[in-house]
Amino acid sequence: MKWWLLAVLLLAGCGGPAANTVTVFAASSLTSPFTQIADIYEQQHPGTTVAVTFGGSADLVAQLEQGAPASALATADEATMAKADWTSPQPFATNAMTIVIPEGNPGAVRGIADLSNPDLTVVICAPQVPCGAATAAIEQSAGIDIAADSEESAVADVLGKVSSGQADAGIVYQSDLGSAGVTGIAIPDSVNAINTYMIAARDTRGREFLDTVLSEQGQQVLADNGFGPP
Amino acid sequence: MPGGLGALLILAPLVALLTRVDWAALPALLTSPASLAALGLSLRTSALATVACLIVGVPMALVLARSRVRLVAWLRPFVLLPLVLPPVVAGIALLYTFGRRGLLGGTFEALGLQIAFSTTAVVLAQTFVALPLLVLSLESALRTLGPGYEDVAATLGARPTLVLARVTIPTLLPAVVTGAVLAFARALGEFGATITFAGSLQGVTRTLPLEIYLQRETDPDAAVALSLLLVVVAVAVIGLATRRIFPA
Repeated sequence: MKWWLLAVLLLAGCGGPAANTVTVFAASSLTSPFTQIADIYEQQHPGTTVAVTFGGSADLVAQLEQGAPASALATADEATMAKADWTSPQPFATNAMTIVIPEGNPGAVRGIADLSNPDLTVVICAPQVPCGAATAAIEQSAGIDIAADSEESAVADVLGKVSSGQADAGIVYQSDLGSAGVTGIAIPDSVNAINTYMIAARDTRGREFLDTVLSEQGQQVLADNGFGPP
Repeated sequence: MPGGLGALLILAPLVALLTRVDWAALPALLTSPASLAALGLSLRTSALATVACLIVGVPMALVLARSRVRLVAWLRPFVLLPLVLPPVVAGIALLYTFGRRGLLGGTFEALGLQIAFSTTAVVLAQTFVALPLLVLSLESALRTLGPGYEDVAATLGARPTLVLARVTIPTLLPAVVTGAVLAFARALGEFGATITFAGSLQGVTRTLPLEIYLQRETDPDAAVALSLLLVVVAVAVIGLATRRIFPA
């Protein structure tokens, strides 16, 4: 009767990271740059692998609270990093917002003011997530009330709805501008909101990854992907 | 022993949820404007979806169970497809049908009807996923009951419509109620198709599951409170449905 219990326990023990793996949790908007930075790290530290988990910043922090293992954490804003409560986080990049429109600009959108038109289908992030908090800040700075038809939980969903033509306009990160099927309309600097991306580490390998992100090479990769300097 | 493990697998997460609830803050969390809007919307849309399922599903079940046309047997797997399809796939399919650039979307736009991002889209998504449940439960009841009573009524001189109204539907009523309750429960819990097809806006498309999904980002206590609410509703619904299948 007890042998299968042993088997279950052994199986439960498997699945942890190998000794030479660095686990990194990063906001999903960092998918492109962090994949490249992970390659750079692996080249600089032969024999190690970087396993990056991308997700919504708040989601990742929730997982960490429940005990998920990670050596380094990169969030899309300062507020989420503060919630994670890791020691000495550092800013490593910034990301401003931009309006995106689908091909052909069906809603004839020209600027931020057009987004308050209730006849247009506008999709934004919900204020509970970093990109939504930035959008809300823009609304306040510009003194407009965006007539949103949907408030998504992830910036990728906003991008998806605009690129598929479901929405006339959306507000996403500037780093998302390279995506297929969307063109950007700039938001004036005076009203734009900028998210500061924070990174923190809690062991040696994590700190090495952090150093790679902050290095000249890492910063160049981020700049190439549309991020601003910290 | 394996049965005990199975029960544990189902009960343990529910117990874990109960231990995580902030009982002191529960009333406030459940009566916040966002929670009430989500609950009201969920109940309204699920009720509408159940009615839609009944209107479409009862005739479908009758045809599937009683028809002798060969083509109907071929159609059966497709009717049950939404049952096994991942909800998000259902949502994508609905989007490419009724969305702005979808197959039928253009026609609806021309008529001035925007379906995506509306409460209609929510009801549509819920109906799509709940319909097979109703059809399946009804069809199996029909097959079990057999055409016996209907044949007797016919030999006694009743016209087909009278047979339907006075014999088929009354004998089917318990199965219809069970099917409707199951469809309601499925519609209430629908998430993937709703968030992909209908979007998420308070009071319009943000049903209870979508509200929980959003709240867990910033307010885990609210998410747990709303989850508990859904569990209680689900248990009540299941209790109601199974009481009719297994009467005491």
